[in-house]
Amino acid sequence: MNKRASFSKKTAIRLIKTLFEFYPVMLPITLLCIVFNALISSVPAVFQQNIIAIVEKSWQSRDWNGVSGQITKYVLILATFYALSLIAGFTYTRLMATITQGSLKKFRLKMFNGMEDLPIKYFDTNNHGDIMSYYTNDIDTLRQMISQSIPQLMISLVSSLTILCIMLYYSAWLLFVVLIGIFLMTKVTKRIGSNSAKYFIQQQIELGKVEGFVEEIMNGQKVVKVFCHEERTEEDFDRLNDELFSVAERANKYANTLMPILMNIGNVLYVVVAIVGGILLLSGIPNLSVSGMALSISITVPFLNMTRQFCGNIGQVSNQINAVVMGMAGAERIFNLIDETAEKDEGYVTLVNAKEENGKLVECKERTEVWAWKDEKAPEENRYTRLTGDVRFKDVDFGYNEEKTVLHDITLYAKPGQKVAFVGATGAGKTTITNLINRFYDIQRGTITYDGIDISKIRKSDLRRSLGIILQDTVLFTGSVIENIRYGKLDATDEECMEAAKLAGAHDFITRLPEGYQTMIASNGANLSQGQRQLIAIARAAVADPPVMIMDEATSSIDTRTEEIVQKGMDALMHGRTVFVIAHRLSTVQNSDVIMVLEQGHIIERGSHEDLIAQKGKYYQLYTGAFELE
Amino acid sequence: MIRVLMKSIREYKKPSILAPLLVSMEVIMECIIPFVVARLINQIKGGCDLGMIIRYGMILIVMAGLSLSFGAGAGFNCATASCGFARNLRKDMFYRIQTYSFENIDKFSTSSLVTRMTTDVTNVQMAYMMLVRLAFRSPLMLIFSATMAIIMGGKMALIFVIVIPILAVSLFLVMKSVTPIFKNVFKKYDALNNSIQENIKGMRVVKSYVRQEYEKAKFERSAEDVCADFTRAEKILALNNPMMQFCLYVAMIFVLSFGSYTIITSGGMDLDVGQFSALLVYNFQILMSLMMFSMVFVMVTMAEESAKRIAEVLMEETTLHNPEHPVMEVADGSIDFDNVSFRYSEHAEKMALANIDLHIKSGETIGIIGGTGTSKSTLIQLIPRLYDVTTGSVKVGGVDVRDYDIETLRNQVAVVLQKNILFSGSIKDNLRWGDQNATDAQMKEACELAQADEFVMQFPHQYTTHIEQGGANVSGGQKQRLCIARALLKKPKILILDDSTSAVDTKTDALIRKAFSEYIPTTTKIIIAQRVSSVQDADRILVMDGGTIKNIGTHEELLKTSSIYREVYESQNRAGGEENE
Repeated sequence: MNKRASFSKKTAIRLIKTLFEFYPVMLPITLLCIVFNALISSVPAVFQQNIIAIVEKSWQSRDWNGVSGQITKYVLILATFYALSLIAGFTYTRLMATITQGSLKKFRLKMFNGMEDLPIKYFDTNNHGDIMSYYTNDIDTLRQMISQSIPQLMISLVSSLTILCIMLYYSAWLLFVVLIGIFLMTKVTKRIGSNSAKYFIQQQIELGKVEGFVEEIMNGQKVVKVFCHEERTEEDFDRLNDELFSVAERANKYANTLMPILMNIGNVLYVVVAIVGGILLLSGIPNLSVSGMALSISITVPFLNMTRQFCGNIGQVSNQINAVVMGMAGAERIFNLIDETAEKDEGYVTLVNAKEENGKLVECKERTEVWAWKDEKAPEENRYTRLTGDVRFKDVDFGYNEEKTVLHDITLYAKPGQKVAFVGATGAGKTTITNLINRFYDIQRGTITYDGIDISKIRKSDLRRSLGIILQDTVLFTGSVIENIRYGKLDATDEECMEAAKLAGAHDFITRLPEGYQTMIASNGANLSQGQRQLIAIARAAVADPPVMIMDEATSSIDTRTEEIVQKGMDALMHGRTVFVIAHRLSTVQNSDVIMVLEQGHIIERGSHEDLIAQKGKYYQLYTGAFELE
Repeated sequence: MIRVLMKSIREYKKPSILAPLLVSMEVIMECIIPFVVARLINQIKGGCDLGMIIRYGMILIVMAGLSLSFGAGAGFNCATASCGFARNLRKDMFYRIQTYSFENIDKFSTSSLVTRMTTDVTNVQMAYMMLVRLAFRSPLMLIFSATMAIIMGGKMALIFVIVIPILAVSLFLVMKSVTPIFKNVFKKYDALNNSIQENIKGMRVVKSYVRQEYEKAKFERSAEDVCADFTRAEKILALNNPMMQFCLYVAMIFVLSFGSYTIITSGGMDLDVGQFSALLVYNFQILMSLMMFSMVFVMVTMAEESAKRIAEVLMEETTLHNPEHPVMEVADGSIDFDNVSFRYSEHAEKMALANIDLHIKSGETIGIIGGTGTSKSTLIQLIPRLYDVTTGSVKVGGVDVRDYDIETLRNQVAVVLQKNILFSGSIKDNLRWGDQNATDAQMKEACELAQADEFVMQFPHQYTTHIEQGGANVSGGQKQRLCIARALLKKPKILILDDSTSAVDTKTDALIRKAFSEYIPTTTKIIIAQRVSSVQDADRILVMDGGTIKNIGTHEELLKTSSIYREVYESQNRAGGEENE
């Protein structure tokens, strides 16, 4: 408990610091406005009291003219204070709106920008729904806290302090009684508050579970239907839902009872102060106060009013407890995301436009067809290496974690323009190899070179720019078809995009879509078939025009007949490029220059289609397997 | 809409009624206590009769106790009512969704259903809590205070007749200008979150194309946009507080100046000092209760959108109904399509299937080949009545599928869907979807048939291996084989594989088919595939094109008669042909 408390103290300090960083000028001004507002809101009561006192004194005399001057004066002063408080209140509420939403935006940007730079490993090992809830649930709790709790706490704090000072001014004895009451109230608040906070946090956890379950079932709703599994899933859901209910109910019960308890402790305290005041007055015990005033009725009455006000303040503070606890938990999670270590990049070799002058490569600003690697650290004469797409693996070992090696002793080379295929059972390590070329993951042993340069020396962004990847799971983004194709090259013209689509064999079906290239793609892609999505992904890679292409089951969802039609385009696309192909369908890989057969992380056979058939090894079995059984 | 939601209150009616009742009593206490307090003060002022002070003190303490128990009781009931309502809403939605047909499911995206069941329900829960607690509290306070003010102040209370409408109108104006902004911004907010989700899912693509900066800029734009709108709305909402204060201050100054004038000029006849200070207190209370009312109003308007989205789910009628006198047994695995046409929605221009006539004998093996978008999946989804035909009829075992009990039918017609899914849980848990009471031996047998046993046994925990959500920790081919095994456990009369072996290598694919023909020869088997090798040994093969059956026949026949089939076959076997020479 203690450890957690200190932990959230750290978070609180950091949160406040961050907010000040976001709004170094505006936030202090706002806080000043709040303090000012709280201070002057407690002053009018004094003038009000004055007016009442005057009226009390002179109502029997019926002499309006005699007192009108005085009353008008006080009313005017009062009006001035009211006006000031209104201005301060108006200013701080508006400023607070800006600060709240602005801070949320800045947090979102910080999170998102940080997230974009995280290594792929983070996304492979963290539940996507979890990452998502940083942006939804946690940001929501922060909003609540910044917009309401912080100003409320400030106001209550300031006005409590003011009241305490005035109390001390009047009578230390009575203040002592009040302090005992306050002590009791804080105890109760802490007790009930921590219980309710505990359940509120549990409620968030249970809510997360329900969310996860619903998401999984909704995703597989069709499977549920096909298996008539409705009742079973309903039972499972009920269990989680009931659990959430019981925790939420308890959390809210605690939260809802806190207010009445505090209010009535306040009432009792009021009575006690009255009685003690009475006793003190009767028994004539000398008063102890800053003002040195003797205890009298004129002190006791306002004192009682202040006691009420004070209890009201504590009630307000207690109202914010849940928001603060949940906000802190949210802030802590958000900071965790922000603190994740970004993908490291120590590469210094960059990709530049180049042209040939006197048989030598020279860097140039304009876009040429020639690209070169620029090695900052190399001596002048061989600083530039032409980008050709020569990829070599030498004795590469790799595992996703320390304990388990997935790839063993991989040695292979792909000369510029060659097509290298990987075949093998699922889980043999085909996709893993492609993860290494673009450095989504770093190898444990051995070297991978690109045009003779160790890829760990190449800046990651440049390395990846020189590689085109078409992935197994097609990802398209919300937006029009043409925007999705343009993703490969942001400055591509419409013509270039269409050219690429034609190359990929996607042009025909796109033009048949209701709005052609402007058709919007929904995020779940419901309006396109899997095969059509793959074709768009291929077009996207085509427009990027990289020297090396990696195709991981790029055509698995395209039927072979369409593939046949696409094939020409694909051949054109692959022409002159180094291509790595992963495919289940052997027809897709047959015409490769080299075929690697992988088994459990080892390359067990390599060679051309003809070579491998002649070898009559694993590949031969895979290839002829279907026929063998007949 | 409200009525639809109200149905979910059910067993929580009692706390839902009790809570406001208790709140009302609490309010009454809250209003009486100041009275007694005023008396107490008078006692102290009057000369400190300690006995009287203690007596009043005792009364006050008892009242505080009552107020506490009412308050706590209200709090408890309110918690139960609102959380219970939320629970029932979630439950009703979930149960409702379970009755949906495929057509209904297609209407809602997964993420929207998830939001509806979580965020939207939470919003409604909060609003309900506010309603139960404050809907009675603030009007009661208002009425009570106003009455008291009139009794006490007489003519002075007229100020409220002026101030309250002003405040009410301006609160209303604020709400009115804020609501459309909120509605609009929530849509943008959804889009923002959607783009985050896409980035998380598509991070490999973002990184491959080195588009981090581009995505950041894109995100910043939408975040700015959302922020600007929210700020605008909140700034308007922020007017509430100063506005209320302004009215309060105006009333205060009026009461103070005009009140003191009245008292003094009338010599206390029209108004006395006690009434005067009480007026000031009620003044405050009236405006406070109005303020609370406006807060309820904000909450309710914000929850309105959510309530609408929930009601949409609850009101969605399933498009498939069980017949009144359902047939409870499927005679055999024969299938007849009689002049079937089908389209996905009434508005669709094109028929997805047109005039299909097809008769499959029980125990036959049928292969289906065709390009993407030729309605292969659509055709087979009509058999277990996942969709209803538009015209014509589909018969299974000689009976129209619409006459069967849906569960009976689907238990006999097992479909392995193209987009198949494993659920988090052990392999056994997943297999038991096919048969709740399957023994270990039966599960193993099904897995052997589906060629899954071998790799399952290689897992460290074998059949108890935990499958992660969506089957993330098994490969595509393994997933497909487990899905087939799961379907086999149903022991269906008809087994349909919708491109279910696309990620399985040719050899295993062949082994699966071999196992089928040896071990479940009487089951009607329909196999949709991309690979000719997957269907070429079928009894008959359908070639689909543009929503119709283009050709039908055996492998040999089709090679002669169907140009499409020949093309597909040649594309897949060209090099193989060379090798065979």
